[in-house]
Amino acid sequence: MGGIDPILLLASLMVASTPILLAALGEMVVERAGVLNLGVEGMMIFGAICGFAVGVGTGSPSLGFLAAALGAAALSMLFGVLTQILLSNQVASGLALTLFGLGLSSLVGQSYSGIKAPPSLDFDIPLLSDIPVLGPILFQHHPMVYLSILLVIGVWVLLRHTRAGLILRAVGESHDAAHALGYKVVAIRLAAIAFGGALAGLGGAFISLVRVPQWTEGMTAGAGWIALAIVVFASWRPWRVLIGAYLFGGVSVLQLNLQAAGFKVPVQYLAMSPYLITILVLVLMSARRRSATAQAPADLGKTFHASS
Amino acid sequence: MTEMLLAIDGLTKAYPGVVANDDVSFRVAPGEVHALLGENGAGKSTLVKMIYGLVKPDAGQMSLHGAPFAPATPHAARAGGVAMVFQHFSLFEALNVAENVALGMEDPPKLRDLAARIRQVSEDYGLPLDPSRLVGDLSAGERQRVEIVRCLLQDPKLLIMDEPTSVLTPQEVDILFETLRKLSSEGTAILYISHKLEEIRALCDGATILRRGKVVASCDPREKTARELAEMMVGAVLTPPERAGRAPGAVALEVEGLSVASPNAFGTSLKQVSFTVQAGEILGIAGVAGNGQDELLAALSGELKAPRDAVRIGGAAAGHLGPVARRRLGLVAAPEERLGHAAVPDMSLVENAVLSGWLRRGLAKGGFINWTLSRAFAEEIVENFDVRTPGTHVAARALSGGNLQKFVIGREISQQPEVIVVNQPTWGVDASAAAAIRQALLDRAAGGAAVVAISQDLDELLEISDRFAALNEGRLTAPRPAQGLTVDEIGLMMGGAHGMEVAHV
Amino acid sequence: MIRLVRRPMPSRGWALATPLLAVLLTMIAGGLLFAALGKDPLVAIRTIFWDPIMGKNAFYYRSQLPVKAAPLVLIATGLALGFRAGIWNIGAEGQYIVGALCGAAVGLGFYPAEGWYIFPLMVIAGALGGFLWAMIPALLRVTFGTSEILVSLMLVYVAENLLASMALGAMKNPDGFGFPGSRNLSQYPAAANLEIWPGTGIHWGVIAALIAVICAYVVLARHLLGFQIKVTGLAPRAARFAGVDPKRLIVICLGVSGALAGLAGMFEVSGPSGIVSIDFNVGYGFTAIIVAFLGRLHPVGILLAALLMALTYIGGGIAEGQLGLPSAAILAFQGMLLFFLLALDVLTNFSIRLGSGQTRGGV
Repeated sequence: MGGIDPILLLASLMVASTPILLAALGEMVVERAGVLNLGVEGMMIFGAICGFAVGVGTGSPSLGFLAAALGAAALSMLFGVLTQILLSNQVASGLALTLFGLGLSSLVGQSYSGIKAPPSLDFDIPLLSDIPVLGPILFQHHPMVYLSILLVIGVWVLLRHTRAGLILRAVGESHDAAHALGYKVVAIRLAAIAFGGALAGLGGAFISLVRVPQWTEGMTAGAGWIALAIVVFASWRPWRVLIGAYLFGGVSVLQLNLQAAGFKVPVQYLAMSPYLITILVLVLMSARRRSATAQAPADLGKTFHASS
Repeated sequence: MTEMLLAIDGLTKAYPGVVANDDVSFRVAPGEVHALLGENGAGKSTLVKMIYGLVKPDAGQMSLHGAPFAPATPHAARAGGVAMVFQHFSLFEALNVAENVALGMEDPPKLRDLAARIRQVSEDYGLPLDPSRLVGDLSAGERQRVEIVRCLLQDPKLLIMDEPTSVLTPQEVDILFETLRKLSSEGTAILYISHKLEEIRALCDGATILRRGKVVASCDPREKTARELAEMMVGAVLTPPERAGRAPGAVALEVEGLSVASPNAFGTSLKQVSFTVQAGEILGIAGVAGNGQDELLAALSGELKAPRDAVRIGGAAAGHLGPVARRRLGLVAAPEERLGHAAVPDMSLVENAVLSGWLRRGLAKGGFINWTLSRAFAEEIVENFDVRTPGTHVAARALSGGNLQKFVIGREISQQPEVIVVNQPTWGVDASAAAAIRQALLDRAAGGAAVVAISQDLDELLEISDRFAALNEGRLTAPRPAQGLTVDEIGLMMGGAHGMEVAHV
Repeated sequence: MIRLVRRPMPSRGWALATPLLAVLLTMIAGGLLFAALGKDPLVAIRTIFWDPIMGKNAFYYRSQLPVKAAPLVLIATGLALGFRAGIWNIGAEGQYIVGALCGAAVGLGFYPAEGWYIFPLMVIAGALGGFLWAMIPALLRVTFGTSEILVSLMLVYVAENLLASMALGAMKNPDGFGFPGSRNLSQYPAAANLEIWPGTGIHWGVIAALIAVICAYVVLARHLLGFQIKVTGLAPRAARFAGVDPKRLIVICLGVSGALAGLAGMFEVSGPSGIVSIDFNVGYGFTAIIVAFLGRLHPVGILLAALLMALTYIGGGIAEGQLGLPSAAILAFQGMLLFFLLALDVLTNFSIRLGSGQTRGGV
């Protein structure tokens, strides 16, 4: 175990968690509006290639992130139109989105493999980053890491303290009641889906532009699905999404470090561990949820058709 | 002549295959309590949805205070001073009272200030409410208070109430009427939708009667008898069901200390429910919605399981058995919700006949379904119970509520059952279909079946029951002979004012 | 304004027409995509859809059709049973891998013994492996209410790592000069899943697929189990009222689809692929999801859809070689197909009307 530096480990934890945090936060908002979008993986990978392509093309990682958010949001609108306007089954449409996103991204990414991403500099927060131990762990990261945490705060404020957030939750609890009160259920849900898409795209671009940083096919490797699991783990609360994503990031970083340190267990078994732990966490949460008050939004995954 | 608050002229709205409103006109004066009377399907709901901006009329005009009024959305209607209390509440169970109220307001104050105003207004009108409670934890009567308070906070000129008393005990109805009279005396007009005639005679100053989308009469309900109103509403002379005098036989269903947890987060668990029903007898079970009716039906049908001896069918312990095994013992059931519970909306009538009928009608051998026999069974139901349908191949959701209900009840009764359990057998069904369904239940009881009829319609229960009990927060009162019971006694059995504070108006 | 009005009954005509229409629209959209990639769209479409059946060398490609379609049919038939009941097994890829590993383990364990019983034992092991892998999400769902969607999907990644560790470790060919991958089972007569009639491409997996289609058809059309599956998918509460035990149905549907996916993997590893290698799985488990929907969750429809999908695989391969069309284009193509299909499905249940009378305020 001598090869593992705890400071580096904790610092890389924040980096490893950020893509999942972004995607899970977006999906949480979507689910609070009553929509189950299983296409997170597809939107993430599409964001990863959009961000990478534009980042490489313009030399600006920031433009890359912007393109990733817009591209994945546009992709999510396919799902939005399908489920909200054409009233398709949300599970099937989400799966279609993932399959399509995977295919489209490898198609677009064909000519981008093997290229290095433009360098994106970490942003050391003045003063704070000079604190010993804590400085390198917490305050010497890519700006997107801080943005993701700001987004958690923003979503929390939105859901908890604003009228828009109240309306969003209301739509997720009972679309019929919300409709009867005159709220535009479909428009609100479409907005939520686009927001979820944009965040998933940012998460994907963070992988291809910062974390890896290059483009390989299927590089999100199930991160989108893990983000979905984290929303369940978090019982649809923003702060718990943060905790869940960081816990999960910790597991991935730890297993990667163990691999690098030449730990005796075969690499494949270490590589399995994040997925197995996700299953374990899902089981613990679902077993607990029977008694706890934390429930999914009541109309999650149901199709809304305003019968006149 | 006083200035009219609301004038409706020639309002028409058609849907594919049906004209919901045909050239409807009437007037409501300020402070008037105006009844909109009609059977299920007469077009009352469509009419008020147009006034509330949820549905756009095909033709006709409305005016409010003499100015043209054509709300495109509920927001616009609320801005014009129109508020509405829905029959199926437009409430959010997982949100608290204050949040629910805020969602129904155009420009709500901060939640803390709003909570104070909710307390004040609800006290003023005798409808006390705690703004911080989750709506899912409230009784049906309290939920209605949330809806009413939400409306009152906006100082409406016109308050629309859609079937408000169907979820209240008689005592709670009295409290509500006090509130409405106070409102009316302050100048708020009330458009009161109902098919309960005595209520309308007690409360309303004027009435417009709708039948099949058209206005058939306008009158002062206080000058008419209930019977006259009923005949205007139905358009025919109603005959009460016939019941043969009969001597009850052996005990067919025995329920002893039945306690079952509700599967729903905001449901009502059953607590120590005990009763027996004899062959040839109808036990009526009353109660306000949400007091454990769904759970009781599920615990009797076998959808919810209980300890072995808590339910005995024909003497055999059945508490632990599922629906199929209980059907084998002779118990059939018809749940309240037709679409999605008693019937599969997207399946044909033939398939829906197989749904619960395959066992007792021998429609499957060795697990393989005989579709020829199944079709014959479905046709038999359609024939015997006068189900209006183009054929047995049509999907259940294509039938009207009343016809589907006749099909569901017919399907269960046609299985030669020993015990029949029904929940809300005539809910949302027009008068003639309702009469047919009640008659079918009476006939089957006369034929020797034990019947448990759970209903929120007191008149219906008093008409068909031999004995009468009430569900109140998951507990069942001791059954009493139905004959000679007064409405007050029944109200007290149902929980009186339901633990709510009585109005101090 | 356009509005949707629910049909009183689902339209039969549209239910049959939408898959065809979806294929047509996908060809058009795919053509545009290929044009954007700088390929002649007509040539690309012809290469993908026409050449494998009618072009030169078609005699070879035609025999590839059943080979590629069989695993899709096996997996999609099982998935469709679950999808109809609202039970979402999307981890068939993992069950496919584990089935292949179990089948291969039995075969490799007997090596180099000869005996008629070896292949049947491998078939059983393959089915059992897929079944048990699918039992993990099934039992977790039944006992704890854990989402079978997420668990079955997570298990795909676990299975992929398991496959890698087997190909590089326990199952590595001891005579393979250190190269990754197992012995070639298709060259081990007792364990080989060979063509039954040479040149046709029909191996035992194809026979199994046809049997699966027939059984699924009978179960869905005539048996109470199939009826219960349909009721559960359309109206879960009505299913409980009818007496369906939802837990039993979850175990059955996941179990059957897992066993069929395991079988598919086993027939693949002992025949067309032959080797347990790190890149053994090529996404049949995910493509089968598209096949199941494209076939309207109906066994016969699935058979046709799988043939079409196999055609795009083969045609895509030709196009890759001849036109330099990237292999990923076919993936995007298949995803598009599913989108169009879902979008057009609205026509089955709703009629589209133009004009006034639209509901205000909500939409």
